Amino acid sequence: MTKEKPIEKIKELGASISKQILKGDNPAIDVPIRALSNVFFDKKSKTLQLGESSSKRSFFNIAHAKKFLQTVEVAKIEKDLLDSGKHASLRDVFYMAKRTIPNTSVNLVDMQQESDEIIQDLELISGLSREQLHVNANKMGSVAGNVVIEDRGDTIDWGKLGSGGWSIPSNVEEIKFKKVNANFVLYMEKAAIFERLLEDKFHEKQKGIILSSQGQTTRGIRRLLQRLYEEFELPIYVLADLDPWGAYIYSVIKYGSINLAFFSKKLTIPSVKYLGITCNDVERYNLKKNLIKLKDTDIKRMQQIADYEWFKDNKEWQNEFKIMKKWGAKAEIQALSARGISFITDKYLPEKLKNKDFLE
Amino acid sequence: MKEKKEEIEQKSAEELAKELKQVSVSAFFERNRHLLGYDNPSKALLTVVKELVDNLVDACEDARILPEGVVIIKQLNETRFLITVEDNGPGIVKENLPSVFCSLLYGSKFGKNKQSRGLQGIGASGAVLYSQLTTGKPVKVWSKTAKDKKMHFYEMFIDVHKNQAEIKKEETLDTTKAHGVKVELEIEARYQKGKQGVDEYLIQTSITNPHLQLSYVNPNNEKIIFKRASNNLPKEPKAIKPHPHGTELGVLMRMLKESKSRNLQSFLMNDFCRIGSGTAQEIITKALLTVNDKPHNLMHDQAEKLYKSMQEAKVIAPPTDCLSPIGEKDFLKSVQSEIKAEFYTSVTRSPTVYRGYPFQIECSLAAFGELNPEESIKVMRFANRVPLLYQQSACATIEAIKETNWRAYGLQQSSGNLPIGPVILAVHIASVWVPFTSEAKEAIAHYPEIIKEIKLAVQECGRRLGIYIRKNVRAREQKEKASLFEKYIPELASSLSEITKENKNKLIEALNKRLKKDLPLLIEVSEEDKDKKIEGVVVQNKNDKQTTL
Repeated sequence: MTKEKPIEKIKELGASISKQILKGDNPAIDVPIRALSNVFFDKKSKTLQLGESSSKRSFFNIAHAKKFLQTVEVAKIEKDLLDSGKHASLRDVFYMAKRTIPNTSVNLVDMQQESDEIIQDLELISGLSREQLHVNANKMGSVAGNVVIEDRGDTIDWGKLGSGGWSIPSNVEEIKFKKVNANFVLYMEKAAIFERLLEDKFHEKQKGIILSSQGQTTRGIRRLLQRLYEEFELPIYVLADLDPWGAYIYSVIKYGSINLAFFSKKLTIPSVKYLGITCNDVERYNLKKNLIKLKDTDIKRMQQIADYEWFKDNKEWQNEFKIMKKWGAKAEIQALSARGISFITDKYLPEKLKNKDFLE
Repeated sequence: MKEKKEEIEQKSAEELAKELKQVSVSAFFERNRHLLGYDNPSKALLTVVKELVDNLVDACEDARILPEGVVIIKQLNETRFLITVEDNGPGIVKENLPSVFCSLLYGSKFGKNKQSRGLQGIGASGAVLYSQLTTGKPVKVWSKTAKDKKMHFYEMFIDVHKNQAEIKKEETLDTTKAHGVKVELEIEARYQKGKQGVDEYLIQTSITNPHLQLSYVNPNNEKIIFKRASNNLPKEPKAIKPHPHGTELGVLMRMLKESKSRNLQSFLMNDFCRIGSGTAQEIITKALLTVNDKPHNLMHDQAEKLYKSMQEAKVIAPPTDCLSPIGEKDFLKSVQSEIKAEFYTSVTRSPTVYRGYPFQIECSLAAFGELNPEESIKVMRFANRVPLLYQQSACATIEAIKETNWRAYGLQQSSGNLPIGPVILAVHIASVWVPFTSEAKEAIAHYPEIIKEIKLAVQECGRRLGIYIRKNVRAREQKEKASLFEKYIPELASSLSEITKENKNKLIEALNKRLKKDLPLLIEVSEEDKDKKIEGVVVQNKNDKQTTL
């Protein structure tokens, strides 16, 4: 990204605002727009990229004044963090910014959502990720496998962490890989499946790294997956529910997300493959009795995803959507448990991996 | 419980007959005073004042005199009050004075199909009865009918068994007063302020009676003057004949008995409104009767058939000139003079009909100013200009207001509740027969026709309020927001100087300078923005058309 030190970027922003003020101008900041309208699918890199649109946030504007103030305030907090070398969570930043403006009944921020958004804005303004600016999200997700790493001076063996695995931090940039002995990485959206595979020692039997989140894939996980792919050329597979939400989890890893389009280069893995659950799996493993009816919100979201530019030409996925619609039903990964609790470890996954039965 | 056999002594019909006796109305109400609104001491005070003030205004209107009254409530001891009400009305002739105040159900309005405050002739004598019951004191009445006549004074009790006056003292006096009546009563009561108190009642009375001038001295010896807001006496309401659709079977049977008409045809045409000869014939034929049947000869089942046939007949709605609404202008004026607010509006709907009775809805709305923005809106309810202070939640008015979507007009409202905001809503129903939910005349019954009309009136007021809020209140909020810049500047400067090490005061100075220059612009610009948003739609449509052309 940028070779400048993060703190310099924040100072630059402050200096530019000060200069405008002292000149007698209405101080303004250009904030790139984070929305579907300003995101495009780059066919060459096959990733989502941020467009050129930005909005001007100026102080002397009734609609912008508070956000402007919030932006400068959060920038100040990030500068203090960088100065002191400490890291704060999103929640910490909220409390550091939260206070009532003297002689008013107005709070600088009322909800964490507000400070979170400003933190994202500052990433785009500075071109630095929030982790680089010393703001971390909550840890979400675990990993296990025959891998040894070094993190803040500690050596950690991902294969020797009992029933929990190693919990993936928000910032994986500083991690050093000492030994990686695996043939693939399997990422799953459900922690319960991770625990199943860990108990069954799937990662040892199949020589893989298993990795899970709970729901949406965090940046830490995405960056970790990408590093494993780029640095060790490991194939990455995704195991998710057969429903629009699972499809989107896959899509985010493969193509990037709308909110983080700016960081696509650091977070996306275009060569990732979708392992399952697929409609074909449902037929082959006789899971039709274990389907769940689609809700209206499911159908709506499915249509949205099917219409995304990066999904439009993906025939395999369009076919999946078509069949789900025809069935009016979706399938969870756990549906496999209907065939036996370790069916997934002993039969399903080995067969899928052996046959290279993936979706693009 | 342990059963115990009792000696049962049988009584013969003859023995029982000895115990039967005629109970006079007075004796009945002596026992059942809650039916007249005397259930508890604070409500009693309100009811006495209400009855006397209603009579005052009714008497003046009947005589076409602009009413001017005096109400004095004096606290004698903790639970005793002396109430004096005086008017400038036509007075009551000497012979009628005892009956008016000491015979229950003595009155001129009973059974008339006409819009009026009281109906049954119970009000004044009921108050006297209550006074006598609780204090044992007589009522004192002064009356004078013309300048050149003498004033008559009576001190009297109600003889409860005979339902007539028992005169204690009688005098003839000389005074300079032109004409009018003065009544003095002593009662057991309790004085309370607030939503259901006498003070509130009189405030509301003056709102729906803009032609009334009233001076009031409350028990705390505070003198309040309710000024006359309009010199227009209300249009004199006309009595109308009953409408066939609003007549009940029992009433029809009584009418048949008492009718002076010789045959059914003329009975229907003369004793009801809106029935012509064609309709009369149709009703009679359908009831399997003949035009020449004698009304008083009809048997019960025949009357019932006639009744049914009358309900089914297509009859146009009754005339509505019998109603006397307050009128938009006068309603507005009196609300303005009694309520300190910033925005006022009022609506008088056209008359319409429920169950054969004409009625008319009026609504007046006051908003902002000194009204509390944090609470539910205040609703004032009136029936034939009389305030209704009890049973609010059972009233059709409240139902209609709750069913209205106030969020569309800029107020907060959770569904099924009264909206929240700095608003007073006064709703008046004028009718020859107001359908109350109970004898106590406290809440209006939920007739769909009535609810619909109230809603339409209230919605129109709401729409006007909404426009006002959008125009003025939002603009004011904008100004308030703009004033926040002053407060934001030091915050911005201090954070910024921490990042850049720039001098904080220099930044503040520069920002303040810029603010001074921009402030008028900031407010204007933002208002313009807002207007653009509204017009924007229109402008855009125009452009679309042009581009497609």
